[in-house]
Amino acid sequence: MSEAYLIGFIALAALATFLTRATPFLLLSKQADHPLLTFLGRYLPPVLMVLLVVYALRTPLVEGDGLTQSLVSLTVVTVLHLLARNALISILGGTFCYMVLVQSLMPLGGQ
Amino acid sequence: MASRSPDSFQSTPQPSSALRLSLPVMFGYIPLGIAFGVLFSDLGYHWLWATAMGLFIYAGAAQFLAVGLIANHAGLFEVFVAILLLNARHLVYGLSLISTLELKGWRRWYLIFALTDETYSLLSITRSGAQNNSLQLRIAALNQLYWVFGCTLGAWLGSQLDLPTEGAEFALPALFTVLAIEQYRAVRRPLLFLVALAIAGLALLISADNMLMIAILLAVSLLLMARGRQADV
Repeated sequence: MSEAYLIGFIALAALATFLTRATPFLLLSKQADHPLLTFLGRYLPPVLMVLLVVYALRTPLVEGDGLTQSLVSLTVVTVLHLLARNALISILGGTFCYMVLVQSLMPLGGQ
Repeated sequence: MASRSPDSFQSTPQPSSALRLSLPVMFGYIPLGIAFGVLFSDLGYHWLWATAMGLFIYAGAAQFLAVGLIANHAGLFEVFVAILLLNARHLVYGLSLISTLELKGWRRWYLIFALTDETYSLLSITRSGAQNNSLQLRIAALNQLYWVFGCTLGAWLGSQLDLPTEGAEFALPALFTVLAIEQYRAVRRPLLFLVALAIAGLALLISADNMLMIAILLAVSLLLMARGRQADV
């Protein structure tokens, strides 16, 4: 893949991130407490997180390969997070579980 | 600590106080940055690009998503919209910080740029006042330093060592699952999450390649409709 694409990518991702952080300050007192902004700021993130979980799992979901491994690891993430509520432990624990599964116990492309 | 008067507490902040306050963030950012870097190194780009992403984008979830989007060679418009919406929660952070943030000029803009979840949580416990202004700035800069260091180290390690990284990409769904659980703790609306799941499933059926864009459009339209009806009542 070209580096030009990566430069464009980083520039747009940086701009998008900065815009979300700067918008309330740019609008400042006039529209900063606009109910629509508050509404979207509150309800978009939970919806988007669910969309992103599915998006990140679309390959196993569509192709079936790796679905069991993903669901097992996802359960590990959820249980760890409900128990310890430490984002890092949950993410690393679930990822480690998935890596062990696909690298030794249940290799991908098997069934 | 106990014998220190409130007066001295205000006038001379310890040089180490920003460091001390940001220590928990360090323990989170460096390992997570390394995880991002290792994942990024699988894309085949030079490790310095991971440093650039930590420097210029500086957003954990967005950078993890970026690895998936780059691997897919996603359209740049999709990238822009996806990351804009992924970070929509920052709108709320800004709103609640406007009164505390007294810095001017580039320092102010840097602080706004560097307003991650963790930096926000630390800044929200600092008070306004001249001494706190520089404390805020140091906290923000230290946090970004940890993150950039982690990203760089991870990408460098990934490029130098032949790490058995197969399956490491699961960090992405794992991260979003953790964020979804945290969102559920903040917004206890089971229906909202079920509808989101249904939208995601529908979008996946329509087109697996464009599911994110389709799902985002559907979700935003539904939210705006729900909001419109709420406003009418």
